[in-house]
Amino acid sequence: MDILTWTYILVGLSFALYIGIAIWSRAGSTKEFYIAGGGVSPLANGLATAADWMSAASFISMAGIIAFAGYDGSVYLMGWTGGYVLLALLLAPYLRKFGKFTVPDFVGDRYYSNKARVVAVICAIFISFTYVAGQMRGVGIVFSRYLEVDINTGVIIGMCIVFFYAVLGGMKGITYTQVAQYCVLIFAFMVPAIFVSMQLTGNPFPQLGLGGRVEDGAYLLDKLDGVLTDLGFNAYTQGKKSMIDMFAITMALMVGTAGLPHVIVRFFTVPRVKDARLSAGYALFFIAILYTTAPAVSAFGIYNAINSVAEKPLNNLPDWVENWRKTDLIKIDDKNQDGIVQYLADPEANELTIDKDIMVLANPEIADLPNWVVGLVAAGGMAAALSTAAGLLLVISTSVSRDLVKNFNPEISDKQELFIARVAAAVAVMVAGYFGVHPPGFVAQVVAFAFGLAAASFFPVIIMGIFSKRMNKEGAIAGMLTGLIFTIGYITYFKFGNSLLGLPIESLSEEHWWFGISPEGIGSLGMVLNAIVGVIVSSLTPAPPQAVQDLVEEIRIPRGAGAAQDH
Amino acid sequence: MKAYWQRNIKILLSLLAVWFFVSFGCGIIFADFLNQFKLGGFKLGFWFAQQGSIYVFVILIFVYVRLLNKLDKEFDVNE
Repeated sequence: MDILTWTYILVGLSFALYIGIAIWSRAGSTKEFYIAGGGVSPLANGLATAADWMSAASFISMAGIIAFAGYDGSVYLMGWTGGYVLLALLLAPYLRKFGKFTVPDFVGDRYYSNKARVVAVICAIFISFTYVAGQMRGVGIVFSRYLEVDINTGVIIGMCIVFFYAVLGGMKGITYTQVAQYCVLIFAFMVPAIFVSMQLTGNPFPQLGLGGRVEDGAYLLDKLDGVLTDLGFNAYTQGKKSMIDMFAITMALMVGTAGLPHVIVRFFTVPRVKDARLSAGYALFFIAILYTTAPAVSAFGIYNAINSVAEKPLNNLPDWVENWRKTDLIKIDDKNQDGIVQYLADPEANELTIDKDIMVLANPEIADLPNWVVGLVAAGGMAAALSTAAGLLLVISTSVSRDLVKNFNPEISDKQELFIARVAAAVAVMVAGYFGVHPPGFVAQVVAFAFGLAAASFFPVIIMGIFSKRMNKEGAIAGMLTGLIFTIGYITYFKFGNSLLGLPIESLSEEHWWFGISPEGIGSLGMVLNAIVGVIVSSLTPAPPQAVQDLVEEIRIPRGAGAAQDH
Repeated sequence: MKAYWQRNIKILLSLLAVWFFVSFGCGIIFADFLNQFKLGGFKLGFWFAQQGSIYVFVILIFVYVRLLNKLDKEFDVNE
């Protein structure tokens, strides 16, 4: 069977599975819609969290980014996993004990203020929309590449699927579909990685193959360092980012991960505090399987690409290169007309441009794997994008129905609230789809926003709300606003200063960054500012009321989490 | 309950110290220094940044789960 047939079969089967699960697990109450009834087992929650967290970017793009960035790419690996340690130790157990449904719920109750709640809602919605637009685009790309349909049609099909199970099933439907989606995506990521590792290094574990030897007995990484330096690039295992910037970006990504509302909310779905701790462990374990394999895929990919294309005659390139040239993801331009492909660091002389997404998508073809594996990768990329999109859409709909409508109209019935949540989810799907069809030209840049804002707004306020009884509403609001305004200002200035404010490009270059910290890493400074301002302002204003101090005391003790949830 | 909370904080801080040491320490600050040592085909600093720190993160959470479950039982606040 050819690739297209296999892809239709595998993608179709996986979609049928998700829809089946959605029908089986539709939500009947707001509690089921928001937090799956609070009865999810730690293992299932760990699997669902892993799928929720690993997006189209993790599945399709990350390995490619690392392939071209080498050591510098480590910020993503450490940043997007290390955040789970913070989440497990500092947030998940306490928020679970708190026992409500959303992050703005916690901020609003702990800081006894609807202003704080509204600031939190706006952040949650903004972060989620930023993120979801990228997912819809990812679905469209996979559709157009593998199923040969128009990218917009692809986005619309993806919208319909997410619409179906997110609107119908709420958190309950999403949780169990995510469990299935994790299985699909991890299988799809590992199979080609294992095959390639075997071919290159003879080791079936890509994590070990990365440190293994290639045919001629030299270590793969040493060889890669040598080849790349010869071509004028940085050595693969050496970075060119400054140490302080590496530090700041890693910190911002870690803290941002721990502050992302769609990740935090998953820990509300388990029955007990100890389950929340354990499921964070499971989640990171399942994430780590992909995250320790990805750097191996990166190194194998760039090594294979250079070996099979660089310095080879134009009329004798491997088939996969020809296939992907049709999509423009590989571009070759024989500038010096010598009939041979030169891959060089110097942009004037370089003749080969490889899109970063190739490393994962073309992996099965590079390794000459059977056609069903290619179809599998398509289904995996789709699973990664859909699972994340669904989790984000739920945060948006919950924020509207619960944090805004219910909070300000407490008299509405459970049924009405559920209806509003569904309508909000439906509207959110359509808005997300719109962004997927008409992507804002700056999707890559806005990701810096999502993490920077999560780091600079939520994280410090939640931590201080748990670990300090003295932190009051004045401190929290002042802190959140400082962190937000500083981070938004800095990112806007350096990322959009030229297009929005008309500043000259030279004044926005690297040497003008404060302390050498890039816009991607500035969230870590925003977080520190948030905390400092919060502590100072709260020490100058009255302590929180006794009831709130009792609440803090209460969430620190694990016992009673099951009961706490029934109020 | 004060004693429970203090013990909890102590556990948190020691685990977070390890978290910081393997990622920001071995993976970034001391990476260049560690790169002179090799672990199979890996330079050690590079290995910490792309593999080692992630393994340690996973282990840290499971150690935390164990320690806290024990602590909860000791203070009789478990469920």
